[in-house]
Amino acid sequence: MTTQRQYVRPISTFWWVHKRSYFIFVMRELSSFFVAWFVFYLLMFIGAVSRGEAAYQDFLNGADHPAVVAINVVAFGFLVLHLVTWFSLTPKAMVIQVGGRRVPGPAILASQYVGLVVVSAFVYWLVTR
Amino acid sequence: MSMDDKIRLRVPRYRPETDSGPVWQEYDVPLRKEWTVLDGLNHVKNEVDTTLSFRWSCRMGICGSCGMNVNGDAKLTCATFLSDYAPGPIKIEPLSNFPVIRDLVVDISDFMEKLPRVKPWIIRDDDVTEIDGEYLQTPEELDAYKQFSMCINCMLCYSACPVYGLDPTFIGPAAIALAERYDLDSRDHGARERLDVLIEHEGVWGCTFVGECTKVCPKHVDPAGAIQRYKLKAAQENVKALLLPRGLR
Amino acid sequence: MTRPRIEPLVWLTFSGGGVIAAVFLPILVVLFAFAIPLGWIDPPTHEHLVSVIGNPLTQLALFGMFAMMLVHAAHRFRYTLYDGLQIKEKALTAAVCYGSAAVGIFVALRVLLSV
Repeated sequence: MTTQRQYVRPISTFWWVHKRSYFIFVMRELSSFFVAWFVFYLLMFIGAVSRGEAAYQDFLNGADHPAVVAINVVAFGFLVLHLVTWFSLTPKAMVIQVGGRRVPGPAILASQYVGLVVVSAFVYWLVTR
Repeated sequence: MSMDDKIRLRVPRYRPETDSGPVWQEYDVPLRKEWTVLDGLNHVKNEVDTTLSFRWSCRMGICGSCGMNVNGDAKLTCATFLSDYAPGPIKIEPLSNFPVIRDLVVDISDFMEKLPRVKPWIIRDDDVTEIDGEYLQTPEELDAYKQFSMCINCMLCYSACPVYGLDPTFIGPAAIALAERYDLDSRDHGARERLDVLIEHEGVWGCTFVGECTKVCPKHVDPAGAIQRYKLKAAQENVKALLLPRGLR
Repeated sequence: MTRPRIEPLVWLTFSGGGVIAAVFLPILVVLFAFAIPLGWIDPPTHEHLVSVIGNPLTQLALFGMFAMMLVHAAHRFRYTLYDGLQIKEKALTAAVCYGSAAVGIFVALRVLLSV
C-alpha cells in the first residue's frame, strides 16, 4: 500500500477566541502580567516612601491621576480573575486527607477565602493602626 | 417531531488520492428521537454514501473508537444525540489535534507511541514469578486509583487540550492519568520508573491546567486533577533528591 | 534515580507565588492603589509607613512575596507566549521571562533595603 498524504489541520493564533472556556483560560494566564505590574507599582510606592515625606505625597498625587487609576482598575479586575480561578482550581489539584478521610472540595475552597479575609484584615490593621 | 423530520450533517470529506484538503459535504438523515450522531453517520454509510469513512465499534461508550468533534466539541458520537442539535445542521469533524487519514478517520499513532512510555502495567520490585492466589486489595486501596482506571483511551482529552495541539511532544492527559492510576495501585512498585519519564519537560510540566481534558472526558477520569497531583509528587521527589544525601533517597 | 532538575522547583515557586498573589496582593492593591491615593481612608503618616516597611521582618516577608510573585508571573507569561502567540524561539522566550523576573527581584532587594 502506498503511503498517502495525511491532512494536518493548522491551529490559528486566535484558537482561544472561539470558545468561552479557552478565552477565560487565556485571560487567566494574562493576569500574570498584571500581577507583575502590581509588584512594580508597589515597589515604586515603597521607593517613594524611602525617599522621604515629599516623595511619598508626590506619589500619592500621581497615583490619583485618572490614567493610573484606570490601569489599576483593569489590573485589579485581572487580579480578581486570578484569585477566583486559583481558589477554584486548588481543590481539584490537591487531595488533602485528614485522619484518613478526604477533605471535601467545598471545604478547601472556603478555607482559602477565609485565609484571604484573615490576611487582609491583618494587613489592614498593620497599615492603618 | 414527525416521522419525516430530517437533520443535516455537514462533514469534511478528505480523500488523499484526489483531495488536497477537506471538501465539505452535506447529508440529510432522519431525525429519530433515539438516534445518536453515530446512528446518523451509519445511516449515511448504509443508505446514502458508502464511501464515507469513520471509526466506531461498540456503539455504547466503552470502546473509545468513535470520538469526533461535533459542532466543535470533542464527543463520543455514540453518546451524542441528534435531537440535542435540532434543527441542525450538525458539523461533524475528525478529532482535532490529530492528522487526518481520510474523512473522519485520524492517525492516533502518536498516542499509541506515548502510552507505553509511562509503563501502564503493574510493575513489581520482587522476583516472585508464581504467587499463591491473587494479590489482595482492600476496597479503600481500590478507591485510591479506581477513577483513573476508567479511561477508555478515546483521546477526547487530547483533542480538547490546547497544549497538545500546539506542542505535539507533550505526553498528554490520558497517558499521565494512566501513570497515576498505576502509581496509586497498591499492587504496583513502579512509581520511580514512571516519574523518570514524566519529570521530563514534555511530561507533566507542559500542562498549564487549562482543564478542558477533564471537561470532555466521557468517563469522568479527571486527567487534569491527576496531572496536578503528579506535578506536586514530582516536585516533592525533586526536593528530596536535592536535599537528601544519596544514601537516604 | 531521578537527578535533581530545576523545572519542578520553578513550578513550586510559581505555585507559591500564585497563592501569595491570591491571598496577600489584593489587600495591598486595595490599600495602596485605591484606598490611600483616592482618599477613601486617611493616609497613614510617612513615619508609620517607614516604621512598618523598615522593620526587618516586613522587609523579609515582602521580599519573599515579591520574588515569588515575579517568578509566578514570569513562568505563566512564558507559557502564555508559547501557547497564545505560538512563539517558536522557546529558549529565548524563557530567558527573557525569567531574566526579567531576576531583574525585578534585584530591584526589589534594592528598594526594600533603602527604606
